Amino acid sequence: MSFTPFKTIGLGIAFSPNLKANLYEAARLSLFFNAKLVLIHVGSKSEDKIKKINTILDFFKPENLDYQVIFKSGNPVDVILNASAEKNIDLLIIGAAKREKLVKYYVGSIARKISRQAKCSLLLLINPSIERLSCRHIVVNGIEDPKTQQTIETAFYVGSKLNAEKLTIVEEIKQNEIAVKVDDDKSLRHANIIKQRLRQRENSRVNHIIEDLPQEYTSNITVKSQPIFGTQGYSIGHYAQISRADLLVMNAPTKTTFWDRLFPHDIEHILTELPTDVLIIQ
Amino acid sequence: MSPKQNNIKTFLNALPKNIFSGFVVSLIALPLGLGLAMASDAPPIAGVIAAVIGGVTVSILGGSHVTIAGPGNGLVGVLLVTIATLGLESAYAAIICSGILLSILGFLRLGKLADFFPSSAIQGMLAAIGLIILGKQFHIMLAHRIKREDTMDYLFEIPFTLNDAIHYENTGLIFAALAGLISFLIMIFYSKIRNKYLQLIPAPMWIVILSITFSYYFELVAHEANPIASNYMISGIPQFSEIISQIPTVNFGKIGSFSFWSSVLALTLIASIESLLSIKAVDKLDPEKRRSNVNRDLKALGLATIGSGFLGGLNVVTVIARSSVNVNNGGTNRSSNFFHALFLVIFIVLFSTQLTRIPLPALMAILVFTGYKLASPENIRKIFRIGKEQLIIFFVTLLVTLKIGLISGILCGVLVTFIIHVVLNKSVSLFARNWLKPNVLMFQEDDHYYISVKHFCSFLNYYKLKDKLNAIPENEDVIVDFSLCQFVDHTVMENLNNYQELFSKRGGNFEVLGLDLHDTDSKHPFALRRLLPVPNVIKNSLTRRQKTIEELSVSFNLNYKSQKEKQTLFLDNFLFFRTKQINHIYNQLSNQEQSLNVFDIEFSEGEFIAKEVVRSTMLHIKLNKDIPEFTLDREGFLEKIYAFTGFKDIPIKNHSDFSNRFYLLGEDTKAIQHFFTDEITHFFESNPYYHIESNGHDLLVFGRQRLASIKELKALYDFGKRLYKTINNY
Repeated sequence: MSFTPFKTIGLGIAFSPNLKANLYEAARLSLFFNAKLVLIHVGSKSEDKIKKINTILDFFKPENLDYQVIFKSGNPVDVILNASAEKNIDLLIIGAAKREKLVKYYVGSIARKISRQAKCSLLLLINPSIERLSCRHIVVNGIEDPKTQQTIETAFYVGSKLNAEKLTIVEEIKQNEIAVKVDDDKSLRHANIIKQRLRQRENSRVNHIIEDLPQEYTSNITVKSQPIFGTQGYSIGHYAQISRADLLVMNAPTKTTFWDRLFPHDIEHILTELPTDVLIIQ
Repeated sequence: MSPKQNNIKTFLNALPKNIFSGFVVSLIALPLGLGLAMASDAPPIAGVIAAVIGGVTVSILGGSHVTIAGPGNGLVGVLLVTIATLGLESAYAAIICSGILLSILGFLRLGKLADFFPSSAIQGMLAAIGLIILGKQFHIMLAHRIKREDTMDYLFEIPFTLNDAIHYENTGLIFAALAGLISFLIMIFYSKIRNKYLQLIPAPMWIVILSITFSYYFELVAHEANPIASNYMISGIPQFSEIISQIPTVNFGKIGSFSFWSSVLALTLIASIESLLSIKAVDKLDPEKRRSNVNRDLKALGLATIGSGFLGGLNVVTVIARSSVNVNNGGTNRSSNFFHALFLVIFIVLFSTQLTRIPLPALMAILVFTGYKLASPENIRKIFRIGKEQLIIFFVTLLVTLKIGLISGILCGVLVTFIIHVVLNKSVSLFARNWLKPNVLMFQEDDHYYISVKHFCSFLNYYKLKDKLNAIPENEDVIVDFSLCQFVDHTVMENLNNYQELFSKRGGNFEVLGLDLHDTDSKHPFALRRLLPVPNVIKNSLTRRQKTIEELSVSFNLNYKSQKEKQTLFLDNFLFFRTKQINHIYNQLSNQEQSLNVFDIEFSEGEFIAKEVVRSTMLHIKLNKDIPEFTLDREGFLEKIYAFTGFKDIPIKNHSDFSNRFYLLGEDTKAIQHFFTDEITHFFESNPYYHIESNGHDLLVFGRQRLASIKELKALYDFGKRLYKTINNY
């Protein structure tokens, strides 16, 4: 088996009440993916802290978890980004915060900055837990983009590693691809024909991608393809939420400038309201 | 097969029907046009010009199918202010400019503009317009002309005018006030009398005909002067030739002033809102279930308004009452709008001198009735039932509109609605953060459409949901899920209810989910209000008639249900109900196998001032086999007229008596002739007359369009039982 996208997994840690849950999640994933775990702490090194981490990770000793802790002080964003570049981290795990009282998650300002600038893949966790919650349904984007091939491949890889039951590939079709505006019965019929055509086109494109994947990833999982019409990036999050997905896998954004934050699209939407755990593939 | 030719053929086939309905509509459009123009302080002919230009332009260029265009009642208030501040000549310039703006709205595809106003605020604005019309015209109706600065003062003076009217000593005034009063009574009681000959001519035309007859009676028979004071007669109706030679000059001199543009904006706003609301309402009545192209209609209305302004007419809008009259009289395409304009021209050419014989109070009675309908207590009660906060919105809009003006009124309504929403949710951020987010997701799952709405859905972002809903053909299944949505407001709920009706009428299915979930789910502490119409509380006390029916059900071993039932899907595919709205059925009496069901029904036909609520007793027979679709009625004078307009009576061989007495309609002539065997034909010949309709597998039987007495009810049930047996035997 040659395809191993994640060899080193990174996790930024703070000594908060969430520490144990975050460590457990990261450790489990490292074991699933046969990867090395790198823990990055922004702050000074101390025996106390190392001891605490070690006691928590003792639980995974029998399974030979390979991990390493880095201590470094400075600006958290820079520290974490530099460390992940240094250690060749290909998957960085970030915990999301819960907005007060409401059952809504969003990514804190530091984490948000990291996710905008990171050169590696990212996993945003909304609900880290000590017990393993099984990942049953994965939603992955299937937009027309050079990166999509790799994203879908990775989604299948993750799906097979985590024993997911179902994987839905969502093709977001932009509104402006439907050239007809609906005014009356005639234009409505016309628009529906165009939509049907787009749907078929997207389905066949996605099917091509799936055909090229190694059998062992695709055989044990139910694959569904779902075209949706809506704003790119936002609608897929919405879909993941209503289809009760456990993981959403997405392409990394091509570029983000100041304007992208002002007029949010794609990834920015997802960062402001996380529908579920999100995996962003670089 | 060339579809083009087919279109022409169906068009020509439907033409007689459309000429007929165009004629009936012109009968109501003439008095309304004159009255609305006079109520706006414009020359009476201006309203007719608007109707003619509107009818011609919109029928050729418009995008809706059975609507009628003409001067609108909503605009009376704005036009009054415009003409008062700018003068008539500049007002025409304002009308032209508003026409241009209206077309621009159409080109920019802003037909969704009306969605941005909360429905209670629109209700409040319409009620205010109603009060403006009512307040001003009430005094003229009772021959008591007054002039006041403030619109409110007109309303406060109503009791004084009533008092004065009782003490008139001048016979001219007494007769004028009587004409007004009688006309008002005609308007009120017209819809209560169900007689098809009487109903052929709309109430406003009866008023016109009666008052002209009255005037001729005094001239030709009694040889006396008309007893109605001459300053209360319509004046200033020009001859046809004069209309063309006396096209008013349009004065664009005030185009730089602020008051000019605020008038233009108000005209455009009200014209677009009124038209859009009317188109939406009429689409529901369209028997052929077509969808109107709203933006194209706006363009056409704008163009018509421009033309009308140059020729000395008022704004052209889509009007609900006249459109519903059109539908009820068999209008099927835009040509009826054209013919309504044509007949108006003919009336003016032939009868312009006769029109001056109409007393002003009689004409104003029509408008008072219109105003009353707009501001009727019924509307307020409906709003109150939805919620107290809607009443606040309604009254704020109403009062500000009356006190300051239309634009301030509607803006206040929007503002108050928003504040109420913020207070109810105790959060501004819910709205601020999520307003611009694309919160609606639609996708196709298996064979239905699924729409999920997030965050909040109110008048602020309803257009996003509407866009998605409009992209679904009405015969499909739709599920709208609000479980991720924290707040849904009344405007959205009302619109969804409209969609629900539309979808069920056109064979689709429209379901709203996730609203009841919020009330119970403690994980979501959302202050959500659920506003779907709730069925009425069961009434315990039965009326005497109901008690008798109950006794009847016991002795005949039938099931009896007195409660109102809103689920009337089984009636939807009867031809009779295509252009009618069923409100509910009640007092259901059915046999044990549920094959026969007698019930009282309340339905309405027409909209607005042409609205008639009818209560009737009907019998529904469920057959256990398929029969051809047909309609069977008694043959009368009207049916002979209908025959001219393209309906064909199907003859049954060897039963000339049956063919003479009954009027049989249907598409599949052969199958119907085959179905009407000797036995069945004899059955109909030897039994009392009923209107009978088949939709292929069910029969609908009813007698008169009123509630049946117990005796009639027994007769109807007995007739149904024997008919059921006869058909099943054969």
